[in-house]
Amino acid sequence: MKRLIEYLKPSLSRMSVGLIIKFLGTIMDLLIPWILAHIIDDVAPQKNTQLIFVWGGAMILCAAFAVLANITANRMASKVAARTTRQIRHDLFSKITYLSCNQIDTYTIPSLISRLTSDTYHVHHMVGMMQRLGVRAPILLLGGIMVTLALDPALAMVLIGIQPFIFITVYIVSKKGIPLYNNLQNAVDMMVRSVRENITGIRIIKALSKTDLEKQKFAQVSNEVVRREKKVGVTMAITNPMMNLYLNIGLTLVILVGAYRVNAGLSQPGVVIAFLTYFTIILNAMLSISRIFILASKGLASFNRISEIIDAPEELMIEETPLKDDDFHISFDHVTFSYHKNQANLIDLNFKLKAGQTLGIIGPTGSGKSSLIKLLLRFYDVDQGGIYIHGRNVKSIPRDELHKMFGIVFQNDILFADTIAENINFGRDLPQEQIVFSTQLAQAGEFIDTLADGWLHRLSIKGSNISGGQKQRILISRALAANPQILVLDDSSSALDYRTDANLRKSLNAHFENTTTLIVAQRISSIMHADHIIVLEEGSIIGSGTHETLLKTCESYRAISLSQMGGEANGTQS
Amino acid sequence: MAPNHKPQNRKYVLLRLWKYLYQYKIILFMAMLLTFSSNMLSLIGPSLAGRAIDAFGITAGQVNFPKVYENIALMILFYVFSSVFSYLLAILMITLSQKVIFKMRKDVFERLSDLPVKYYDTHQTGDIISRITYDIDTINTSLSNDVIQIFTSIITVIGSLTMMIIISPTLVLVFAVTIPISIVFTRFMTGKTRPLFRKRSAKLGELNGFVEEIISGQKVIKAYRQEDVMIARFDEKNDAAVDAFYEAEYYSSTVGPSINFINNLSLSLVSVFGAILFLMGRLSIGNVSSFVLYSRKFSGPINELANISSELQSALAAAERVFRVIDEPIEGKDRDHAVELTDPKGDVKMQNIHFGYDPDKTIIKNLSLHAKTGDLIAIVGPTGAGKTTLINLLMRFYDPQGGSITIDGINILDITRKSLRKAFAMVLQDTWLFEGTIFENIAYGKRNATREEVIEVAKAAKIHNYIMHLPQGYDTVLNEDGINISQGQKQLLTIARAMLLDAKMLILDEATSNVDTRTEQQIQEAMRQLMAGKTSFVIAHRLSTIKNADTILVVHDGNVVEQGKHDVLLEKNGLYAEMYYAQFQNQN
Repeated sequence: MKRLIEYLKPSLSRMSVGLIIKFLGTIMDLLIPWILAHIIDDVAPQKNTQLIFVWGGAMILCAAFAVLANITANRMASKVAARTTRQIRHDLFSKITYLSCNQIDTYTIPSLISRLTSDTYHVHHMVGMMQRLGVRAPILLLGGIMVTLALDPALAMVLIGIQPFIFITVYIVSKKGIPLYNNLQNAVDMMVRSVRENITGIRIIKALSKTDLEKQKFAQVSNEVVRREKKVGVTMAITNPMMNLYLNIGLTLVILVGAYRVNAGLSQPGVVIAFLTYFTIILNAMLSISRIFILASKGLASFNRISEIIDAPEELMIEETPLKDDDFHISFDHVTFSYHKNQANLIDLNFKLKAGQTLGIIGPTGSGKSSLIKLLLRFYDVDQGGIYIHGRNVKSIPRDELHKMFGIVFQNDILFADTIAENINFGRDLPQEQIVFSTQLAQAGEFIDTLADGWLHRLSIKGSNISGGQKQRILISRALAANPQILVLDDSSSALDYRTDANLRKSLNAHFENTTTLIVAQRISSIMHADHIIVLEEGSIIGSGTHETLLKTCESYRAISLSQMGGEANGTQS
Repeated sequence: MAPNHKPQNRKYVLLRLWKYLYQYKIILFMAMLLTFSSNMLSLIGPSLAGRAIDAFGITAGQVNFPKVYENIALMILFYVFSSVFSYLLAILMITLSQKVIFKMRKDVFERLSDLPVKYYDTHQTGDIISRITYDIDTINTSLSNDVIQIFTSIITVIGSLTMMIIISPTLVLVFAVTIPISIVFTRFMTGKTRPLFRKRSAKLGELNGFVEEIISGQKVIKAYRQEDVMIARFDEKNDAAVDAFYEAEYYSSTVGPSINFINNLSLSLVSVFGAILFLMGRLSIGNVSSFVLYSRKFSGPINELANISSELQSALAAAERVFRVIDEPIEGKDRDHAVELTDPKGDVKMQNIHFGYDPDKTIIKNLSLHAKTGDLIAIVGPTGAGKTTLINLLMRFYDPQGGSITIDGINILDITRKSLRKAFAMVLQDTWLFEGTIFENIAYGKRNATREEVIEVAKAAKIHNYIMHLPQGYDTVLNEDGINISQGQKQLLTIARAMLLDAKMLILDEATSNVDTRTEQQIQEAMRQLMAGKTSFVIAHRLSTIKNADTILVVHDGNVVEQGKHDVLLEKNGLYAEMYYAQFQNQN
């Protein structure tokens, strides 16, 4: 709630102006029944037709002023809501892009998506309606009560007497409502996940003819959403009829009390009639207020989910660490790491690379190759030991500076629905020549040229309109385009045929000799020429050295090599 | 794009929404009945109040107390009933709208499941999610409030009008002026806001599409420090969405106050003429009071109707987007005479295939091949030669523009898709696992798979040991984007899943690209046993893994350029030989 107010602060002046305008407009709304009472009680008995018309004209004037004021105020309120939402969404998105991988894993992607989408529009709705109704309704309520106080204090006390009941009801219901709405949004997360899962897996689902099962599964999730929505709906629905009842009973009491007062000569029937009119206004105001509370409960539940993310502690802060004095470009110093802090995924990794050297990383499935890369980029922090670039601990390097050093292709990397050129440039404002050159090096130039619109060829979603190998070549171009000092290729040539792969290696060698390169691969041929090769198994380095040394010293490496290259493994230096 | 992207007819959309409601006509009927009674009860209220006030007399001491009490008691009774009814009504409406929403989501999802793969290749995940969440939500809000509101309004309007006519037909003439103004104004505004609401839904969908794409790709964005660039792009989409929202509100927010103005206008007229009529002695003061109360009651719903009209507009715009998915043509129906492919032998023939994802850009030109039962067919070739496309055609994710594919001599177009796909076991490069236990993920393709069967295939796929290391073994739950499992391990799980299938044909599209070669060999060994007698199509880049294929097809530029066994192809010294030797080539 406090946070929400902070978001509203920049719009405070606009909101206040809007509020004042609305206030004036509302006063006009209140004047109208007052004039009405005046006409009936005071003017009509004077039998002066002209005066009746004058007062009638005044009523119309008030109404005209009210409409102008209300429209202006409503528009201002919409503006405030739009502004606030824009800012909240911006902050949320910014925060999400800067969340640590660990945090993203914890919150899960579907939940982040639904917070950014469904929760933000609930907040938008709330902020807009709160101003439109929230200003008008209390004013109508307060103003109504004040006018009635002026008309007849005794009758007004009846009105005021009901208010506590109303507030208690609203308080209890909204207190119950917020957690229920929160619950509902969690179910929406599940639904988003389910839909997303289906979209990404559509080929497999169809191939296995599992659509019926998926439909059933979705029905369950959807059912849960509906169940929770119903629960919260039934709870919130109590407010309206209760308000109605309180006020109508109040109305009845006014008539009763009015009867006594009129009988005692303390009041007039016209006053009681005016009272009833105000009552209708007050009733409508109360109904608006109860609507606001429903909206607010929903909006606040969503806002809480949003601020949970915005307020999430910053992880992976920059830490001051002493410089290490050596001339290695990259070094891993006894690095141990585990994702879930129970079972180590990487154990005591130790290696050093000089600038311009190439490191090959090979090892069985699940041995920790990709995890090593993630640590180097500081997506996660190591549990023990340290990773150094030019002697600086990666923890001490500002994120921007650190990542700027890298050109990287991840395993299963992503292309965006944009042109090829933009997928390579990737927002870095690289000069055209550099992009062109990178595609030549990445062996992508050839196929891009065959496309009718070449560079400007638009990739469809996740690059689904080009082949796996073509995707990888564009990804490699992206990695090379900015002339990185460290190049990381995580199993990024798996979809390339050997010829292309070999050509790629050749051009890398020729043009990136000063770039320190880390290649994760399954194919021996991709890494056999590396200056240094490490063999990972179950998170530990079980062999390191050059291809030749490893063939002699590392049993696993020899086995891999034999299996891939047969007898030709040794005799390839032709 | 598709022709149905043009705005749909409003009446048609309304009619369809109505059909959803009509499915629950009993609830709907009960709801209307309740609305009717609760409104009737509260309508009587003012007239009772008027009667009570009339009992006040003109001057002090004339109050007729018994009459006042009588009317007040009745009022309380009526109001209590009215509130109880309206709560019951709310519950009924929530039930109704939730039923409708459930049905609608179900329809969308089921349609989505039946759509061709192409739809997913051309629509953003986030936009699809937006339809199933935001758009349906919007419809929901409107349904649960508006339907009843409309009904209430109609009843109240008719009821109060009747009451007013009874009190004073002359005064009612005032409304002959103001009501037409309201109607004209509302119609004008809805015409104005309709496209704006449509835009609002579309822009929000776009924003959601972007969000989904970016959050899914957060790793690469971090690595390339593109956070700020993405934030800037997000801001653009965000601005567009927020502006569209604002524009729609800019106009729709005038409706309420304007209608309110018209109501105030009628109130002024009523009081002026009411006073005059009173002067002329044609109306009592109590009558004027009742009339005013009724006219307020009368204008309330008109006001509401105007507000609803904008809410309804946004619901209609959302409904359009939802129905558009439901109307999307499904994967062409199986031909009428389509047969079930039962117990196929696995003799696959492709003849003169022509195909392009975009019909103007042919990817596969005149391709023919023949895989005999039990053959291991390896498809190799430079990247982008159309290898994966062949698989898309075999599985009928896409249909070729020319040529034919037959299985056991039957054209696959004449086979039901379901049985065709069932005949294949497929492992793709991009692994797909869902949130569920490892057991469920492996057993996914086979109904009632036993634990023993699952363990057996997991062992064959060399993933059993890893699974046993997990805290809950086979019952460990995998998160969709879970980190506790490597890409290669995911692939092994999908291989185990395929192994469990009892399919006659096997497709491996780069199925082991993320698996280390030793494991791969062990898997192949297991597969070979499994594949005995089955026709297999293997796409692989590691030529070492396909040396033993019965036929190696070398695909280049959409044509089969070479075909034969490993040794033969090497001797031929063509593209295959070149590719084969390239893997041993020194980089210098």
